[in-house]
Amino acid sequence: MGGLTWNYILKRVGMWFLTIWLGTTIIFIVPRLAPGDPVAAMIGRMTAQSGYIENAAQLIESWRARFGLDQPWHVQYFRYIGNSLRFDLGYSLANFPSRVEDMVAQALPWTVGLLLVSTLISFIVGNTIGALMAWERTPGWIRNLLPASLTFTSIPFFMLGILLIYVFAFWLRWLPASGAFGRGLTAGFNWPFLLSVIQHAILPATAIVISSMGFWALGMRGMMITTAGEDYMILAQAKGLKPSRIFWMYGVRNSILPQVTALALSLGGIVGGAVLVEYIFAYPGVGYLLYQGIVTSDYTLIQGIVFMLVFTTATLVLILDLLYPLIDPRITYERG
Amino acid sequence: MSVKMEYRLGPAQRTVDGREITLEVKNLKVYYSTPTGDVRAVDDVSFHVYKGEILGLVGESGCGKTTTAMAILRMVQPPGRIVSGQVLLDGVDLVKLNESQLRQVRWNTLALIPQGAMNSLNPVMRIHTQIAEAIVTHEGKQPKDKLRQRILDLLAMVGLPSRVYDMYPHELSGGMKQRVCIAMAIALHPSLIIADEPTSALDVVVQRVVGQTLLDVKERMDVSMILIGHDMGLQAQLVDRIAVMYAGHMVEVAPVRAIFAEPLHPYTQLLIESIPSIKERKPLKLTEGLTHDLRNPPPGCIFQERCPKVMEVCRVERPKLRQIKPEHYVACHLYE
Repeated sequence: MGGLTWNYILKRVGMWFLTIWLGTTIIFIVPRLAPGDPVAAMIGRMTAQSGYIENAAQLIESWRARFGLDQPWHVQYFRYIGNSLRFDLGYSLANFPSRVEDMVAQALPWTVGLLLVSTLISFIVGNTIGALMAWERTPGWIRNLLPASLTFTSIPFFMLGILLIYVFAFWLRWLPASGAFGRGLTAGFNWPFLLSVIQHAILPATAIVISSMGFWALGMRGMMITTAGEDYMILAQAKGLKPSRIFWMYGVRNSILPQVTALALSLGGIVGGAVLVEYIFAYPGVGYLLYQGIVTSDYTLIQGIVFMLVFTTATLVLILDLLYPLIDPRITYERG
Repeated sequence: MSVKMEYRLGPAQRTVDGREITLEVKNLKVYYSTPTGDVRAVDDVSFHVYKGEILGLVGESGCGKTTTAMAILRMVQPPGRIVSGQVLLDGVDLVKLNESQLRQVRWNTLALIPQGAMNSLNPVMRIHTQIAEAIVTHEGKQPKDKLRQRILDLLAMVGLPSRVYDMYPHELSGGMKQRVCIAMAIALHPSLIIADEPTSALDVVVQRVVGQTLLDVKERMDVSMILIGHDMGLQAQLVDRIAVMYAGHMVEVAPVRAIFAEPLHPYTQLLIESIPSIKERKPLKLTEGLTHDLRNPPPGCIFQERCPKVMEVCRVERPKLRQIKPEHYVACHLYE
């Protein structure tokens, strides 16, 4: 009893498939609901750029055939779903010979590396601060200091990013202002490269951590106060347990449950959510790529990124769903 | 025949009336600070618990029963505080102990069966972990199979099947949870167990089962027990002596037969008269809400405003708890 059950796992994996299928279908439908023909629009743009184009009508027809747009919609739909499942996301419109999946694959490690690490740091630091703020045994000076550390949270992270670049990159010149690694270094597992990657990641990561940890701290503080009033806290004290054990195993352990749910939701935003941070720091991640796709009207690129977004979000939520029964044994018994 | 004797105020006594005592509470005062003055939740309370007996602590809600229990455990929560008095457990004054000494006393010699058994167990820990942590915290690490056998024995002693060992609290019924709490309380052979309304959240049948379990455990372990409650019927079945509290004061202490046969204090009389009977349906004599403001007790007897037999002297002088008959103590001017 307790923990994972097959029924639970099957349900969650089913939800994972359903989410991805629904997301993919919406990505398919939305552009087709938009007025106009994408190929005609593209030819139109080319005409506007280069004057007259010969045999425009034939060109449109051949391109439509090439992109499969002359097929009935259900054929297009199943081909699209099939391609998506094989991660065949098509060619980028703006950088024609490049394939979208290659572009995303190149950008994804940077984004996931930066955001996963900074989100987890923010989660751990924020929750610890919040838990200590609510713990009555926390020394007074720490309790007074902690709220001060959260004042930065009210600054939007892009403002914070600009501030950090100004102070640490231009004024003090301690850290690089943009990019993901120094010029002239070969990517791979060698020390100069890894060091450079870390150096470049510090400022954007700091911006994300500082601006988001207050969210975790406040949520955790509220939960800890609620938990402190529970009967099991009284029994834990009566049992003569060490305060540190009561704090971690009784207080934090029970207060963290809703925080983990919030973490699952915020992890979903990781892939696309850092557009502004990546833009400010010119960080070559998915957010920056998405920004470029929007600027250059690169529809296949945008679609590809949205698909990856749906896929990674659903997968991360699936992983957390599977981990959740391990931290809250009650979860698999709930209906629905 | 009235033996007038001041309730003992002398140095720590190991015997009273020729019987060995486990706990002696002397002149205990617990006040809660409020903006408009101290609420005297427990005001100059003295009583003792004989070795191997169950003392019933009764009184209406807010009379200070639970506060007394929490003060014995040294777990009065702010804004409450122990103002003065002694709590002598096996001759050791718990009021004088520091934090780490207290942790050693807790559960080793003084255990708690909590009020709200529904939420008294940590929802994210298996039953065996919660019992094991109480043992390991106080006795140190020990061989796994030895610990396992000991926990299984404890569960068997309170009539729980061995499958409970691996279960989580949410998989147990209310009565089973309360029996887990009893098993946990006796794990370290304490001298005194405080059971704070251990059956209040349970249905009548389960109340009997849990009550019987308490009796069995007491007989087998020769442990002393304070059973807090307001259910006079249940008290009559379980306890050896009854201590009646009213508005933070001890008004009567007597063996259970004596108090039901001949209650002396007018409040005790009303309390016993209010026990419903199928033979005769009678209106409730005891009315609620006439208690004086606990911040500003009137001079004289604390029960004067609700007492049907109030006299002149009751308005002026507060009666002391005196021995009227062997083992029968009462604080009332009627018997002077």
